[in-house]
Amino acid sequence: MNLLKIFIDKIKPAFEKDGKLKMFHSTFEAFESFLFVPNTTNNKGVHIRDVNDLKHTMTVVVVALIPTLLFGMWNTGYQHQLAIGGDMTFFGMFWFGFLKVLPIIIVSYVVGLGIEFVSAQLRGHEVNEGFLVTGLLIPLIMPVNCPLWMIGLATAFAVIIGKEVFGGTGMNVFNPALLARAFVFFAYPSQISGTKVWVAGMESGNTIIDGFSGATPLAHAAANEINQLPSFSDMFFGFIPGSIGETSTLTILLGAAVLIYTGIGSWKVMTACVAGVVGTSLLCNIFAVNAYMELPFYYHLVMGGFAFGAVFMATDPVSGAQTETGKWIYGALIGVLVIVVRLFNPGYPEGMMLAILFMNVFAPLIDHYVVEANIKRRIRRVQKYKKIG
Amino acid sequence: MSKVIPIHKGLDISLKGSAEKVVARITPSVDYAVKPTDFQGLTPKLTVNEGDVVLAGAPLFVDKYNPDIRFVSPISGTVSNIVRGDKRKLLAVVVTPAEEQSHVKHDIHDLATMPREEVIKLLLESGAWAFLKQRPYGILAKPTDTPKGIFISGFNSAPLAPDIDFTLTNESATFQKGIDVLLKLSRNVHLSIQTDISANSIFKKVKGVEMHTFEGPHPAGNVGVQIHHLSPINKGEVAWTIDPQHVVALGRLFLTGVYDVSKMVALVGSEVKRPRYFRLSAGVNISPLQSYIDASHNPRYISGDVLTGSNIGTDGYLGFYDTMISVIPEGNHYEFMGWANPFRMKKYSMSRSYFSWMFPDKEYALDTNVNGGQRAFVMTGEYEKVLPMDIYPVYLLKAILAEDIDKMEQLGIYEVIEEDLALCEFVCTSKIDVQQILRQGINLMIKEM
Repeated sequence: MNLLKIFIDKIKPAFEKDGKLKMFHSTFEAFESFLFVPNTTNNKGVHIRDVNDLKHTMTVVVVALIPTLLFGMWNTGYQHQLAIGGDMTFFGMFWFGFLKVLPIIIVSYVVGLGIEFVSAQLRGHEVNEGFLVTGLLIPLIMPVNCPLWMIGLATAFAVIIGKEVFGGTGMNVFNPALLARAFVFFAYPSQISGTKVWVAGMESGNTIIDGFSGATPLAHAAANEINQLPSFSDMFFGFIPGSIGETSTLTILLGAAVLIYTGIGSWKVMTACVAGVVGTSLLCNIFAVNAYMELPFYYHLVMGGFAFGAVFMATDPVSGAQTETGKWIYGALIGVLVIVVRLFNPGYPEGMMLAILFMNVFAPLIDHYVVEANIKRRIRRVQKYKKIG
Repeated sequence: MSKVIPIHKGLDISLKGSAEKVVARITPSVDYAVKPTDFQGLTPKLTVNEGDVVLAGAPLFVDKYNPDIRFVSPISGTVSNIVRGDKRKLLAVVVTPAEEQSHVKHDIHDLATMPREEVIKLLLESGAWAFLKQRPYGILAKPTDTPKGIFISGFNSAPLAPDIDFTLTNESATFQKGIDVLLKLSRNVHLSIQTDISANSIFKKVKGVEMHTFEGPHPAGNVGVQIHHLSPINKGEVAWTIDPQHVVALGRLFLTGVYDVSKMVALVGSEVKRPRYFRLSAGVNISPLQSYIDASHNPRYISGDVLTGSNIGTDGYLGFYDTMISVIPEGNHYEFMGWANPFRMKKYSMSRSYFSWMFPDKEYALDTNVNGGQRAFVMTGEYEKVLPMDIYPVYLLKAILAEDIDKMEQLGIYEVIEEDLALCEFVCTSKIDVQQILRQGINLMIKEM
């Protein structure tokens, strides 16, 4: 450790204000503070501080994503085997998926972090840790067959247009990872819909086993093929086609447990999302005019990207509602919108992405009214006091 | 006893080195100082020159915009140094004590028959007016105001704070006298105590005040939090606050005619060998306390508590309003991959992503490291957990950063000063300088209103 520190201290001057490599100052600073918590001390205000920082917080979210990521890798191999046939071992399937998913993760991180480093340098800021999470979220919400250049392009779009133009992490309006998905969704719709994109190997001319469609449960449901839906348990455990990380509700719940336990993800948003879905789908059950509307609410909770979105996307503290009351409203409306898009929109089988992005736009408005209520309480207090006084 | 007001939000940070209830003696200090910087918003005007001989209680400087408000020397001696900073800003007036102490003696009248104006006049002349702070803004009270009440917090909930009950031992008569003086200034004097107060506490015998009982973690002992729950400050209203030991000093002034700001001060913190109480005067040079400090870890000397105090160095001067000196280790060292390690058992976090919550009774020796880099606001709901007020702190801070006076007013800037938001700064994941931003906002309010 000491040798490493000595080395860093030795090369440090080159990256300082007058150094030869000053254009890499932010990058150097990012790596230095990655290796060593800086020695800065409090010199105004508090003298002691909580040990928790943004790096640590983001790390916990990454840890919470790991079960989902590992399962997603395995499921990539598993679905591939279902489509193509053959008898891969458990580890064989995992390894197959690992090799498919890893390049996507690398592209996402390299492109995203590259842009973050450059913009931090341009602004003279420290590199913000937000992308540690975004960089892993992006692969998990993409179809495994999405071309790498498209992932790179979508990531660049999300980071530049979604985040940096607003001023970086903490200033963005939309969840950057979802914006990357929305970019692909609207710019290259054929790469993120239909039946061919969700299972590795289905596009490359392999012989597909008869009867394997590759369609996601939501695609079946949207086509009113309710009888073709996988079993509830398959959907809960995640043995279904879909975006890499969205299929297994079980592993997502593990992540949710970590986020709620550490207090990093808001349990209020998650609960409200579920309540919104349950309430709306029960209501639709009552007024059902087709088989999809009759679908019990618990199916909606395990299908598509709902669980992943509710746990990892809707809880984004920056793009979501920031007041505690607002979080309930924000989450519930996401739940409502998901069902509305799923059931009543013929174009898009999945509603979670649009529901969250839509509510990202409305989150400041919700917060505005919550804060306004606080202001009104304060004004009423004055009037009450004046009457007595 | 009135009904208990529960405070649910907040955080008690358990630190090593709380003071044993013993009063120790130290050698007399080489010098004393009165620091204009202790008084928020004050523009001082010097009334002495270097070399002048002053009595204890004689003015050293006055408020430039209200010269009736005097700031007086705690001891008699010679003005040995006038310390100035950038742009010749007056930082401290240092007095070297004379061998023989003599005081400015004020005439004492029967308090019962003294009109309010006479009381105010004596407070201003004696220098005791500086004991009174006003809300909003936490600045010096204005002699022309009639406050809606005077609020006293009878307990300090800050980390390692002194036991106020103990610091008032044997001061029953002076404390009551001080309260009587306050009752001349305002009919409503509020005293807040905590639930687990000892049976022979002097607060139980105090007459003439409205008693309130609070229960809960820090910042329950902050007078600002108490005011918020008892009678929140609205636009146009003014409340005054005063420290219990200053109430005693007021009583002493009206009993003996002498300005005497000696008080019980707790020397606390992980770097103190034997944490205990000392009888010290405000403005005392703390260097004689060295012998009580373990200096092996590069200690930082803080006048006040670890959340709101000021770094005064080894030979600095005790702040005017401070009743404790905290000594903690500096944290100017690097930690390898610290952020990745959830098992930093020597560090403390409110977050459950570390394990410190499992050991609520453990006492920590926290250092002054920032533990990360400063970022934009990212996490939400953190500040709200430690601020027991109906205020949205992040929105208030953003209004300040945007210099939006109307919004600041609407979001409750009248109700808070730095100490009330200090815990927000402590828990902040983005390491934002909350107290500094708030003071900027308050200064802007004072300037614009």
